[in-house]
Amino acid sequence: MLDVARPASSVNPPPRPAVDWAALRRDFPILDQKVHGHPLVYLDNAATSQKPRRVIDAIVHYYEHDNANVHRGIHELSNRATAAFEAARVRVAEFINAPSPNEIVFVNGTTEGINLVAATWGQKFLKAGDEILLLELEHHSNIVPWQMLAARIGAKLVYVPVNGDEGTVDLAKVDALLTPRVKLFVFPHISNTMGVVNPVKEFCARARAAGVTTLVDAAQSAGHCVIDVRDIGCDFLAFSGHKICGPTGIGVLYGRAELLDAMPPYQGGGEMIASVDFFSAKWNTIPHKFEAGTPHIAGAIGLHAAMDYIDAIGRDAIFAHDQELAVQAYRGLKSLGGARIFGPGEDRAGLVSFVLEDVHSHDVVTLADQKGVALRGGHHCNQPLHKKLGIKSSARASFYFYNTRGEVDRFLEVVAGIQAFFRRGSR
Amino acid sequence: MEAADLEDLYQTVILDHSRRPRNFGEMPDATITVDGDNPTCGDEVHLHLRLAEDGKIEKVSFTGSGCSICMASASMMTQKIKEKSTAEADALLADFQGMITGSAPEPSPKSLGDLRLLSGVRKFPQRVKCATLAWHALKQALHAKPGAKTEDGLDLNHVSLSPSDPDL
Repeated sequence: MLDVARPASSVNPPPRPAVDWAALRRDFPILDQKVHGHPLVYLDNAATSQKPRRVIDAIVHYYEHDNANVHRGIHELSNRATAAFEAARVRVAEFINAPSPNEIVFVNGTTEGINLVAATWGQKFLKAGDEILLLELEHHSNIVPWQMLAARIGAKLVYVPVNGDEGTVDLAKVDALLTPRVKLFVFPHISNTMGVVNPVKEFCARARAAGVTTLVDAAQSAGHCVIDVRDIGCDFLAFSGHKICGPTGIGVLYGRAELLDAMPPYQGGGEMIASVDFFSAKWNTIPHKFEAGTPHIAGAIGLHAAMDYIDAIGRDAIFAHDQELAVQAYRGLKSLGGARIFGPGEDRAGLVSFVLEDVHSHDVVTLADQKGVALRGGHHCNQPLHKKLGIKSSARASFYFYNTRGEVDRFLEVVAGIQAFFRRGSR
Repeated sequence: MEAADLEDLYQTVILDHSRRPRNFGEMPDATITVDGDNPTCGDEVHLHLRLAEDGKIEKVSFTGSGCSICMASASMMTQKIKEKSTAEADALLADFQGMITGSAPEPSPKSLGDLRLLSGVRKFPQRVKCATLAWHALKQALHAKPGAKTEDGLDLNHVSLSPSDPDL
């Protein structure tokens, strides 16, 4: 496919007028409902975001007007579907400032993106005795694929320890662990439990100096702050569509062209080949080499609409808004007392995990749900980190731009009610 | 509906059992221990039984951690099955299953005693697994040979609930 030139100005857009957050909220049909008799307060955005009308409409429009298979047809609908699918790829490249759309591989989510790198790049370029460096903050999706790879090839996982309940990482510890044995360094941009924003640019600079390949898990950051893979200086970066207002089942793996070119294919099938004989095949060029079978065309189109939608708001403004709500929740929980709150104080992304004294997180979530407040309870696919913290699970409130200060007040009121509820009969 | 349902789910007796679980602790002379876990939430119940030759439950205790429903269910279960025969424990298991999944008619059998306080769980489908974890471990303990392995080499003294498991 062709590289499409993009204006350089796309990286640093001019300042925007103040955002009318209340108006944006009305773009989300799902938010206008009652749950158990109370207005829905949706605070589980780190698990998945809601979808604006514009994204839903884009998917419906595709199925109602343009649905066809891509890259194979000569007919009009196939041309339209192909154009829309590839336009989404170009838009992703712009969204993360990738040098070329050829470096954008569509996958079904962050998890598949990471598994793809483990199964192809990792399998080919890592060998017995090599080390994969990870943070203790890692989501299971950025641990288990590496465990599986390490078991296959005899590589070893090494974790950079995080600082207690804060969840921050000292660069000195990274330096100490970036030994010549390390071949790959993976890390989350934003921790889904701690809300820590990691210094990914510094991580990548250190890794690059040591000749170590990097992979950024951007699942929690892509929809919440500006992502610029050239500025970050990473080799791979993965994120999911459904956490950034797009549909489920579509995600992105960015990889530097040089790396993608050198990697073997992921799955075999149609689309990923240049030519096939009965006993052999030649691979297609990147990124198609990694996209066997009919892709999630509607998903890519929905993701395109989602990226347009959130960029019309501005990701800097979104980050500031989410952070403001997280800080309000953090301060509120602190003043309630009786809560252990995780993460780096007020310098955090838009989520707050906590445990209440004497109330298990599942009980917190059940009681909050009965008041219409949707929280996450459990280990958030962060079981090793929870074990390190000495807890089995925590409750988490995670925010997005359609959440309001009023909803944070409601959340705090409900948490106070839960504390009172569980205190009854305790003496 | 919600306030009454919540009161049902979190009755004082249930909260009391979860705060001060009965028969909680290790059992050095156990004849079988089953480690139950619910990987989706991290709850763990380790059920320790001392079974007589004829299968009678001479002693029972449990360790682990979990939400109030999970801990209360385990605590009340241990009180109820002590000194019961395998057949009697199986009958309790069936009664509890019927109550907790809502498959049995109301009112729940008197044999369940205080366990009937957990009947409110059926209105919270996502919490049913919390209430049944200890019972899954009991079922395994009563019907598995100590230390036995399955053909795949899996440890029979371990029960791990899957989101798609039927409830007991």
